[in-house]
Amino acid sequence: MLTVDNCWAYLEEVADPEVPVLSIVDLGIVRAVEVDSAKEAIRVVITPTYSGCPAMDVIAMQIKMCLLSKGAKQVVVENQISPSWTTDWMSEKGKEKLEAYGIAPPKRKSAAPLGLFEEDAVTCPKCKSDDTQLSSQFGATSCKALYKCNHCQEPFEHFKCH
Amino acid sequence: MSSITTLKYTLQLADNVLIMGQRLAAWCGKGPILEQDIALTNISLDQIGQARSLYQYAAQIINNMPAADKAHLFNAPLLQEKINNQHTITEDDLAYLRDAWDFRNCLLVEQENGDWAYTVARSFFFDRFQYLLYTALQKSSDSTLAAIAEKSLKEVQYHIKWASEWVIRLGDGTAISKEKMQQALQARWEYTGELFVMNAVEQAAMKANIGVDVSSLQQAYQQQIEAIVNEASLQMPTAAWMQTGGKNGVHTEHLGYILAEMQYLQRAYPNMEW
Repeated sequence: MLTVDNCWAYLEEVADPEVPVLSIVDLGIVRAVEVDSAKEAIRVVITPTYSGCPAMDVIAMQIKMCLLSKGAKQVVVENQISPSWTTDWMSEKGKEKLEAYGIAPPKRKSAAPLGLFEEDAVTCPKCKSDDTQLSSQFGATSCKALYKCNHCQEPFEHFKCH
Repeated sequence: MSSITTLKYTLQLADNVLIMGQRLAAWCGKGPILEQDIALTNISLDQIGQARSLYQYAAQIINNMPAADKAHLFNAPLLQEKINNQHTITEDDLAYLRDAWDFRNCLLVEQENGDWAYTVARSFFFDRFQYLLYTALQKSSDSTLAAIAEKSLKEVQYHIKWASEWVIRLGDGTAISKEKMQQALQARWEYTGELFVMNAVEQAAMKANIGVDVSSLQQAYQQQIEAIVNEASLQMPTAAWMQTGGKNGVHTEHLGYILAEMQYLQRAYPNMEW
């Protein structure tokens, strides 16, 4: 029997293809789940992190495969862009997983954008030093910035506040 | 409100970000250092993503139109034929099957990358405009356009920051970097006037409350550009004559070359996927 609650639990098994340590639920991109138990049909609403996120098609496919394998007969995945995704929707558990994986999680709330030449205070995920510096606002994926740690000298990625 | 107005307005918004994104993507693998190469391709990816959302919406409008309304939408025969034959139109059809005269992007975005200062100047002028445009477009009575504007605005804030920091860094840098930055600002400024001249589609969209009155953005634009130019210890550029045409389909020679490269595969091997 598929319920809204167990669908949410199943979606925890779907990993973000770009940051596989996070599930799509941790990332906060699943906006709604509706179940029509009579028809065994499920509607999932997701939202992209950034407009150009190349992972959206793969994520939609993975959601379908996951729920079909749990007994759903019909799965519809819809894309919704408003309200636009923010890192404020990332779960605390997700942030802990990110840090353990070596990516500094977002700290600040996204409402206050930073000024010119202003940077987030980011803690090194490896040695926990606060003595770090921004190398570039843009990283290997849209959602990350490049930093380096002045204490342990290691470069690392920061999931930027958005 | 006519769906043709919404369609044309949406395509114009889409063309700007597609061509800008395509221009910046040409820096891929050629940036002066790795971090800046990645910065430009990230910005390009955001813009192409925004273009996709807009073209998807435009395609949906075309597919829902009665046949009589869409019998003469485009000059490009390949696309118009597809529409007339009742094919379902996709975002890719709109990007790949129209020719230069069907594109309504402003002249600014199609200008050549030039050197680093020219690339920075073009982005500086374009991103600041996009910021003001999307801010206003969030209030559009068309909920899809308002949603795309809201989403895109968050991304544009990074783009503006990147371009503004570079204008300041180069302007306030060495004698050579200052000279080059000043030259690039001066050379690209003549393409900014067009941004604020309403064309017929923008007029109609504004009347229908779906579009933005771009002429009302000019004062804020001028002030915000000037603030950064001053901080960079540069002179505000001037232009005796502002170039226009792109928004009405009359382009500089550069657009044809961009399209020739971007559309090559679909023209040589129609319907090819990979």
